[in-house]
Amino acid sequence: MRKDYVLEKRKYAIAGFICLIAVIYIVRLFNLQVSDDRYKENAESNAFLKKVIYPARGLMYDREGRLLVFNQPAYDVMLIPRDVAPFDTTALCSVLGITREELSEKWAEMKNLRKNPGYSSYTPQKLLSHLSAEDYGRLSEKLYLFPGFFIQKRTVRQYSYPSGSNILGNIREVSGTDVERDRYYRPGDYTGDLGIEKSYERQLRGEKGMEILMKDANGRIQGKYENGIHDVAPVSGHNLKLSIDMELQQYGEQLMRGKIGAIVAIEPSTGEILCLVTSPNYDPSLLVGKERGKNYAELVRDPYKPLYDRSIQGMYPPGSTFKPTQGLILLQEGIVTTGTAYPCYRGYVNGLRIGCHGHGSPIALKPALQTSCNAYFCWGLKNMIDRRGTKPADQLTKWKDYMVAMGYGYRLGIDLPSESRGFIPNAKFYSDSFRGASWSANSIISISIGQGEVLATPLQIANLCATIANRGYFYTPHVVKEVSDTVIDMAFRTRHKPEIKKEYYETVAEGMRMAVLGGTCRRANIPDIEVAGKTGTAQNPHGRDHSAFMGFAPYKNPRIAVAVYVENAGFGATFGVPIGSLIIERYLNGSISPARKGVEERMLNSNTIVSSGVKKH
Amino acid sequence: MTIVLYLLLVCAGAVSIYAASYDFDSASLFDLEEFSGKQILWIGLSLVLGCVILLIDYRLYEAYAYLIYGMVLLLLLATIFLAPNIKGSHSWLVFGPVSLQPAEFGKFATALALAKLFDSYNFQLNAKMSNYFRALIIILLPVALILMQRETGSALVYLSLVFVLYREGMSGMVLGAAVAAITYFVVAVKYTEPLILGIPAGEFTVFVLIMAIFALMLIFYCRDIIIARNVIIGFCGAGILAGILELCGIDVNGTVFFLCTIGLGCIYTLIAMLRHRIRRFMVTVGFVAASVLFLFSVNYVFGHVLQPHQQMRIKVALGIEDDLRGVGYNVNQSKIAIGSGGLTGKGFLNGTQTKLKYVPEQHTDFIFCTIGEEEGFIGSTAVLIAFLSLILRLIHIAERQRSPFGRVYAYCVVSYLIFHLCINIGMVIGLCPVIGIPLPFFSYGGSALWGFTILLFILLRIDASRKERRD
Repeated sequence: MRKDYVLEKRKYAIAGFICLIAVIYIVRLFNLQVSDDRYKENAESNAFLKKVIYPARGLMYDREGRLLVFNQPAYDVMLIPRDVAPFDTTALCSVLGITREELSEKWAEMKNLRKNPGYSSYTPQKLLSHLSAEDYGRLSEKLYLFPGFFIQKRTVRQYSYPSGSNILGNIREVSGTDVERDRYYRPGDYTGDLGIEKSYERQLRGEKGMEILMKDANGRIQGKYENGIHDVAPVSGHNLKLSIDMELQQYGEQLMRGKIGAIVAIEPSTGEILCLVTSPNYDPSLLVGKERGKNYAELVRDPYKPLYDRSIQGMYPPGSTFKPTQGLILLQEGIVTTGTAYPCYRGYVNGLRIGCHGHGSPIALKPALQTSCNAYFCWGLKNMIDRRGTKPADQLTKWKDYMVAMGYGYRLGIDLPSESRGFIPNAKFYSDSFRGASWSANSIISISIGQGEVLATPLQIANLCATIANRGYFYTPHVVKEVSDTVIDMAFRTRHKPEIKKEYYETVAEGMRMAVLGGTCRRANIPDIEVAGKTGTAQNPHGRDHSAFMGFAPYKNPRIAVAVYVENAGFGATFGVPIGSLIIERYLNGSISPARKGVEERMLNSNTIVSSGVKKH
Repeated sequence: MTIVLYLLLVCAGAVSIYAASYDFDSASLFDLEEFSGKQILWIGLSLVLGCVILLIDYRLYEAYAYLIYGMVLLLLLATIFLAPNIKGSHSWLVFGPVSLQPAEFGKFATALALAKLFDSYNFQLNAKMSNYFRALIIILLPVALILMQRETGSALVYLSLVFVLYREGMSGMVLGAAVAAITYFVVAVKYTEPLILGIPAGEFTVFVLIMAIFALMLIFYCRDIIIARNVIIGFCGAGILAGILELCGIDVNGTVFFLCTIGLGCIYTLIAMLRHRIRRFMVTVGFVAASVLFLFSVNYVFGHVLQPHQQMRIKVALGIEDDLRGVGYNVNQSKIAIGSGGLTGKGFLNGTQTKLKYVPEQHTDFIFCTIGEEEGFIGSTAVLIAFLSLILRLIHIAERQRSPFGRVYAYCVVSYLIFHLCINIGMVIGLCPVIGIPLPFFSYGGSALWGFTILLFILLRIDASRKERRD
């Protein structure tokens, strides 16, 4: 037959193709197996047991040096399944103080690949956790009877105060995702969950050590390998010094008992958070030890959501505590001067009506802050948005930029997980929600008094207060002051300065001082402390108004700025002001003066949770 | 020589299955008898089968090729209705303790039928379009039937027969176009960030590639240096212009820019064609136009035509997404298992990853993991090289056949092996999407082993009597 030599050459193409593929695959295999040790595990030899020595987790102190969080030993019963020889189950049960059924249940749980995806008969597996000290003693005596078993010493957290669970956080066993994400973790390790334990996990956890032990063929431990020269000592985690004053925190939690809401107190000159109260909350020691899972599930089910940190996650209408920001923007933009007065006929009346309360008219900025006049700020925003020669959208963008510079609308960047960003509407938001139809100052007027679309966290409100106390700048609020005697992150040592003149801040501060002396915040007038403050009464769709307050003291050289937010508690003056003033007095004076004991008593014993509309099942 | 390689691979396969299902746990001890024991039985039977095949006169295969093909098609058709639903596919016929997958036997039947077709008197693939048509019918009939059984993986195997068509005279352009299409697809789907000239980086790259191919085709295919030079200068000029505009702050719309530039290039080439009357210009312009159309359809097809699980598999294979819990789990675990093998491996039966059932399907489709983990880089490379030698050997055998029948049949076997090898090992080491097809001779399963044994031994039988052939 005729041979087609041109076509015959094509065999080289086909052979070349498969050779090329083979070369690519061999290169890939080389990559996977030889040059990349991500996938490498030391082929464990049967003769060694590599026992992890867990480092001590870093301790936590408060700003006064009081020990808050420390470690207590806990013991886990571990075993390597393939080394376990037949043993006397009854003896083991009696040593551990459990029944045979419990033992076989734990055994099945350990082997269940769904519950314990890391199960392998070659690696150490956890059978029981959190052994008591006596059980530990008994088991370590009898351990030789049970080849393949060993005891792993761990530490769990202990808390000196039953407070601050939202700040401190707790630790939990790592999940499969954690192990995949971070090579430090092995199944069964602990990691921080919530609070500082989570956000400072890297500093707190330390570095694991390793002890190499020799085993005989029956899995019994024969002692250290080469006298331990290959062992690696663990490195303890860093200790943290918090900016929190634990006594103040505790006092705040007591004041908030029976209420839903939050208190945030900041030292203005540093941005250090003095207390960060959320209510209702829970005792941090509930989430330690054997009962953790059960208690956690209960907290999750609780209709008042104690795991929800209202101080940094709660997004509320800021109400009248928003007014100082408006005053600042109006002054800076030149819409008003300190002398400009607007009329208030029991409210803002201009095609629509925003109600107000009785006070003189027309009214200028400082008295408007003093009496919390709605009309003044409505007129101000209207004149800014409708300013001649500008477009409403551009003016609103300008307004939004000021708000963002003052810390609203975005996360402030506190060193705790899951902070909320609040909400500050921008021009696009309105053009979307009005479906492209034109909107005017009147359509958005309620944002000028902290209602409508704006939402803020109590932390953002406290931060505003600190900015006014500083007359124009703030530091990002943070709860950790020092990490093992080193300085904290640069992010917390940088001044943030909105583009607003210091003198305007001075004006607003004066207005807030007047509110305490003869306005809405009169109850914050503590005899020997000069307090400045602003109330807030926020309407909301969930029921009774929210009661809010922000204030700082002393008026000159402020040392504390505080924000209080109590859900469904009515006027700002009824709950916000007294609680805020008690926090200020307690922090500055160390105690409450006898004259104000009555107020304190009333706050400690009142209950507003009933008007929240949430039913406990 | 071929038999030696075959035996080597089959034995290595049995040992790997033994290793893959071996464990200290008593429950798995039972499996030891189950999987590797059964497989050894299958191997014994396939050796017997091999001997029977070698004893039969080679002319029978040729004479009955269409008959066998027809019977297997009937069997495949019957399977659709008779087979129970196993994991969503109807491809297994169950006879008591034994189950068979007829799709595996479709391979040699199709190979025989295709060989027979090419052996017909004076048959040349290129001579008539209808010849292509007949060849494609033979290939696509079993594909359709297997698709109806919902065994996409096995059906895709038949696509590899394009190598046979190529060897028998199909234009290289078709293969080139296929390679280009795959490249465009991968680049366009994988790189969606960052945006260049307002279009995704992947699309941008594909446009540049199309321009480059355009220029190269003008040089090497049309052999017209002057036109190529003009087109290249035009492209560069347009590129510089776009760059300057972009620097001046004028936004250039990438899609419009590329369409205009390439379109102008095409028009220029067409005008040149009218002058020189060379058909190759037409082909070049057609190719470029088809490329652009293909690029535009890629995103649509990917987003709207493919099923979400298919999108996911492709995304995992291209490394766009790591879906470690779902589709990516197998691949990630198999990479860990292979990677932990190191240079020399953990030693026979000492693999921990595969032993502990981290890798699913470890005795069937993912059997290569066990080799990678226990025998390391050296072992897995050796297996690859053994396969490579077998394939090269078969190409050699194919070329020494004196009849088209033998040659085409041999190339069919080569094509199947290439496809199985590329896809199976590719997916295990994370280079290809996961398509469930076995590794020849290694994966557990009687049907696949028998299928490949039959394929190989018929070839050996034909090869043994190649000299008796009429000329």
